[in-house]
Amino acid sequence: MELIKPGINIDFVGKIKYAIIFSITLIIIGIGSVIYQGGLNPGIDFAGGSIIQVKFTQNVSADQIRSALKSTKLGNSTIQLFGTNEFLIRTAESFSDQTMLAANVEQPLTAAFNKNYEIRRVEVVGSKVGADFKRKAIIAVVLSWLAMLIYVGWRFEFRYGLGGILALVHDVIITIGAVSIMNMEFTISILAALIFIIGFSINDTIVTLDRIRENVKLNPKVNLRDTINLSINQTLSRTVLTSLTVFLTVLALYIFGGAVIRDFAFALLVGVVIGTYSSIYIACTIVLFFENMRLAKMKGNK
Amino acid sequence: MFKSLKLRGAITLIVCLGSLYFLIPTFISNIPSPWNQYMFKEKIHLGLDLQGGTHLVLEIDTDKALEAMMERTAGDLKESLMDSKVRFRNLEKTKGATISMEITDADGKNTLEKLLREKYPELEFDATGDRQGGQMVSLKFNDKRAVEMKKLTVEHSLETIRNRVDQFGIAEPEIIPEGENRIIVQLPGIKDPERAKNLIGKTALLEFKIVDEEHPLEEALRGNIPEGDIIAYGLRADRSTGERGSSPYLLKDKALLTGASLETAKVQIADRFGDVTVGLKFNSQGAVDFERITGENVRKRLAIVLDGVVHSAPVIQEKISGGQAQITGNFTMEEARDLAIVLRAGALPAPVNILEERTVGPSLGNDSIKQGIMATVIGCLLVVLFMLVYYRLSGAVADLALITNIFLVLAILAAFKATLTLPGIAGLLLTIGVAVDANILIFERIREELRTGKTVRIALDTGYDRAFITIIDTHITGIVAAAFLIMFGTGPIKGFAVTTIIGLLASLFTAVFITRVIFDYVIWNFNIKKLSI
Repeated sequence: MELIKPGINIDFVGKIKYAIIFSITLIIIGIGSVIYQGGLNPGIDFAGGSIIQVKFTQNVSADQIRSALKSTKLGNSTIQLFGTNEFLIRTAESFSDQTMLAANVEQPLTAAFNKNYEIRRVEVVGSKVGADFKRKAIIAVVLSWLAMLIYVGWRFEFRYGLGGILALVHDVIITIGAVSIMNMEFTISILAALIFIIGFSINDTIVTLDRIRENVKLNPKVNLRDTINLSINQTLSRTVLTSLTVFLTVLALYIFGGAVIRDFAFALLVGVVIGTYSSIYIACTIVLFFENMRLAKMKGNK
Repeated sequence: MFKSLKLRGAITLIVCLGSLYFLIPTFISNIPSPWNQYMFKEKIHLGLDLQGGTHLVLEIDTDKALEAMMERTAGDLKESLMDSKVRFRNLEKTKGATISMEITDADGKNTLEKLLREKYPELEFDATGDRQGGQMVSLKFNDKRAVEMKKLTVEHSLETIRNRVDQFGIAEPEIIPEGENRIIVQLPGIKDPERAKNLIGKTALLEFKIVDEEHPLEEALRGNIPEGDIIAYGLRADRSTGERGSSPYLLKDKALLTGASLETAKVQIADRFGDVTVGLKFNSQGAVDFERITGENVRKRLAIVLDGVVHSAPVIQEKISGGQAQITGNFTMEEARDLAIVLRAGALPAPVNILEERTVGPSLGNDSIKQGIMATVIGCLLVVLFMLVYYRLSGAVADLALITNIFLVLAILAAFKATLTLPGIAGLLLTIGVAVDANILIFERIREELRTGKTVRIALDTGYDRAFITIIDTHITGIVAAAFLIMFGTGPIKGFAVTTIIGLLASLFTAVFITRVIFDYVIWNFNIKKLSI
């Protein structure tokens, strides 16, 4: 079976303009959404606070829970449906005091719903730890970008590395934008997804760059624009297939993996699609851009 | 690579059998008797998010420990200065673990310097300044000593917490230090996390202090606390109404005896009312001290203070020998049991703050396991089917490698006692998607080579050779990215990073090495004219 016929010849490079407009639009929408919502919506991992996951054995609405908790310290908490008859109660308060949970959750809930509920998860993160995580998260993302830049720069050439890394920055920004538009919380899981995407998206880029280099060696006379186009087309089948298999597994995770991991799977879904697109368009485009710049400079020097 | 097909086949076989060996206990829970002693014993270790349990990050307030140490040093220094006949005033422990005082002698500072050299090498001058009629001096611990004391405080806390958790009776707890002053505590399968937190976080400093009855309490409550005294509150429960209130005591601040002098503590049912008390037994020195203290203070009241709260203040009727005492105070059986545990394990040298807590109930953990397995099986099936349809028999070879990969990852997790978490399962599933990438790279390349009219054998050779370098590249980048996640230390995400890394390494072996062995075996033994790819 062949999804993509051999000898396919799409003029990817010729459509660069549209790709750039498309990417910039996505980035603007993403950043716009983040700004519109007053920054990212950090989960308790980064902001500090508490999450309590409660499952009820009867039909209960978020409003009922809200009114049950009204007079407690959790009166201002957000209550979010999380599966069927299961809710997340989230508050900025990070109570490490042992009696707080009983007084502010268990007693009012028992008063309102008898014992027909079960507290299934409690997560409390102090603001100090949250700040630590925030710092580490930024370091982790930037370091993994740098590591990719260094690796690709070492294996290929610096301008290839630069193309690869700009594609990664592009992927990360758009995925964060998607998370923001969906109004999901930015948690450590999302961070893990971002870093996985960085490691995954660079793969396609490397495969394509590898082919570009091979083709440059085979036919040094052909200009870079045509070589890039040929290489993208030659590796297109593999790029699409691999993304498809990863996409299938992530989709399975998204549908069947349960509510705890759904946001993580969502970020991966977006990242896999964007990562594939950016490897084809953004990374190679930038390589070509640098090459043209170099040529122009050489001409100028003459 | 190795040319000998037999050798490569043998390696494949050994790895497959080896991974099955490590997985036996995970999949078969009851191995019949004569066999089980030859078998690997560890099941795959499940993270707290899958098996349920509590994850705590504690911070030891080492600065407080330093302050307490300085408080004691200030007391000693005062006596030393008096012995050396240095005239001084306002010697007190000040903020940030320093001592400040005013020396009124002209020569006093030199004597102090000499004293520090001889008796207090851990102290150094923080600042000095002239003041009318004397000199202001402030002292602090030198840096080396301060770091050392903080380190000791953390070690001591770690030991104490470990003792308490062990006595509480939790199976396979994990208590590990992290960073400078943090401790991670993992309590799998715990039923009552609130109680455990209480037990771990309690400082449990037990002190015996004499109640000051020479000065009026009312006066002290208005703010005129006599020198050397403190006000402490006691919990008082009215037996008839059950109401709890607090009542103030004026105590002499000097602790005559502390929990450090205890040999053991245990729960006792005290009297005919069925009241629960905690019985204390002092060690031999403690017993001697207790006898002396009670002898010197007959008719006075002795307050038993736990973490600053007065539990009771009975009147000493006579000298008590034998080294036994008890704490009363309306305990429930559970409270008494936990109090006995913390007293036996000893006091924490510094207060402990809970920085992070993640508790997952067993039912949620179960759901997560089910959903994780479901997602993995379905994701896996989708990929397997896709490969089969797309590459036919060659796809089947890749599928075989894929399934080997899953078992290999699980076996490595079991063998190295690594932890499988929910994100870890996701990582496993993702590696399935990525692992076939290697095969897709190879197969696409082989197809290309076949199209140029090469024979099957040459096409295979070229396909594998050309794709190999690229495969190495993609794996290294994946591993490097995952490695950055490990620094996050927190359980579930670390599990994701670890399984991803193991999965990528395993896929190098399965997707490249094992598939090649199968292809070579078929090509070398049968006359294949056309490859099903």
